[in-house]
Amino acid sequence: MLEGIFRILSDAIYFNLIKEDRYMLFIDGLKVTIQLTVFAAIIGIIIGLVMAIAKLTNNKILNRIATIYTDVIRGTPSVVQLIVIYYAILGSSQLPKLLVASLAFGINSGAYVTELIRAGILAVDKGQMEAARSLGLSYAQAMRYVIVPQAIKNILPALVSEFIMLLKETAVAGYIALDDLTRAGNIVRGRTFDPYTPFILVALIYLYITSMLTAFMGRLERRLRQID
Amino acid sequence: MIKVVDLHKSFGNLEVLKGINTEIQKGEVVCVIGASGSGKSTFLRCLNLLEEPTKGEIYIDGISLVEHKKDINRLRQKVGMVFQQFNLFPHMTVLENIMLAPVKVKRIPEEEARRKAIELLRKVGLSDKDDVYPSQLSGGQKQRVAIARALAMDPEVMLFDEPTSALDPEMVGEVLAVMKQLALEGMTMVVVTHEMGFAREVGDRILFMDEGVILEEGTPEELFGNPKKERTRAFLSKVL
Ligand SMILES: Nc1ncnc2c1ncn2[C@@H]1O[C@H](COP(=O)(O)OP(=O)(O)OP(=O)(O)O)[C@@H](O)[C@H]1O
Ligand SMILES: [Mg+2]
Repeated sequence: MLEGIFRILSDAIYFNLIKEDRYMLFIDGLKVTIQLTVFAAIIGIIIGLVMAIAKLTNNKILNRIATIYTDVIRGTPSVVQLIVIYYAILGSSQLPKLLVASLAFGINSGAYVTELIRAGILAVDKGQMEAARSLGLSYAQAMRYVIVPQAIKNILPALVSEFIMLLKETAVAGYIALDDLTRAGNIVRGRTFDPYTPFILVALIYLYITSMLTAFMGRLERRLRQID
Repeated sequence: MIKVVDLHKSFGNLEVLKGINTEIQKGEVVCVIGASGSGKSTFLRCLNLLEEPTKGEIYIDGISLVEHKKDINRLRQKVGMVFQQFNLFPHMTVLENIMLAPVKVKRIPEEEARRKAIELLRKVGLSDKDDVYPSQLSGGQKQRVAIARALAMDPEVMLFDEPTSALDPEMVGEVLAVMKQLALEGMTMVVVTHEMGFAREVGDRILFMDEGVILEEGTPEELFGNPKKERTRAFLSKVL
């Protein structure tokens, strides 16, 4: 009995990981997933910062643009956005697929980051801006020295949680034939005809990374709370 | 020093200030009293343009605030403000709170600003709190730090919006004592307050606000001793 289980397990490992160096498919896929997530996160933060400022200023046109952006992105599925951006951009250029996908996921994540930053800044008590302005600080100085340092405490943990979401979202990158971690599982399944093992492995890898990020977020939150 | 001419302020359809006229002399302590919602805070906040007047003029040292909106950061340095909720910066120590504006706005060297900040803290009666964060202070201590922070910009006039209303009763005295000391030193002050004892003792002039206008004004003796308007009498009978 025990021997039977052992046999099944070792077969599963042999066929899904060892034979033809298939573990390399998972490792390469993981690399793509991580690169994609990191690039998209950076693009998302930059877009999010710009759009949050656009939403918070008194300029009607900028407000409008930022609102349309966040509404469209948050109101449509990310797979659809990915495919549209992929064909829109790749149709006219020879950019590497990884870059196009990073851009697509960055634009997607940016909408959520915009809202996080905006909410984080609005959560700072109104009296803080008033006190700063009453001392003669300009709006920009008040933002820089008084509002943003306090808003960061609200924003950072939420940002980590957004990037955990982003990491999982990138699993649809296979739609544009990008060989990410999820697609590696698919490729191995196609070779071994074992529907379970490759995806259990894939799931475990995602779970490992997300739980590390979650633990990091917890530590960060505690740290930030201590400063108060 | 401050001249207010026909000041109006509306929030949407709600007209909160309906034509305020008054003049505040250098060194004068003016106390503003009146029922809740009568527009006291709004009036005070107009004096440093935290609220933008809908109509009318405010002159400080002869300079029109409304016409010099672009210079507002420089004009605000002349006007210190102390809030009911203190509004200390929670991520900065007491000293950093006081030094921020002198260093960033007036570009005073950090060492000099620090020396001045410590001096001001002593003046408001705090000696061992320099490197403490606001959350570790009592309400009365917070408000005294806030006063020191406003004084650090060497303002010509200080505005106080119910500076003791958020305090536990046993802490009101220490804050009022600091304000009284300031008044004795000749600071020009406009104080919105419910502390009638303070208004009577320290105020040179009392403004009674009612529904967006200054209904009655006069020395404490005149206003508390012999109020002319019916509404003033009604208000005073409730609070005294
Ligand atoms: N930003 C604002 N937007 C809309 N209405 C406001 C705003 N600020 C004040 N008001 C309204 O203006 C009126 C006067 O408010 P204000 O705060 O000046 O009164 P107050 O005399 O200071 O009262 P209190 O003694 O309660 O502090 C109130 O009806 C208030 O609801
Ligand atoms: Mg008020």
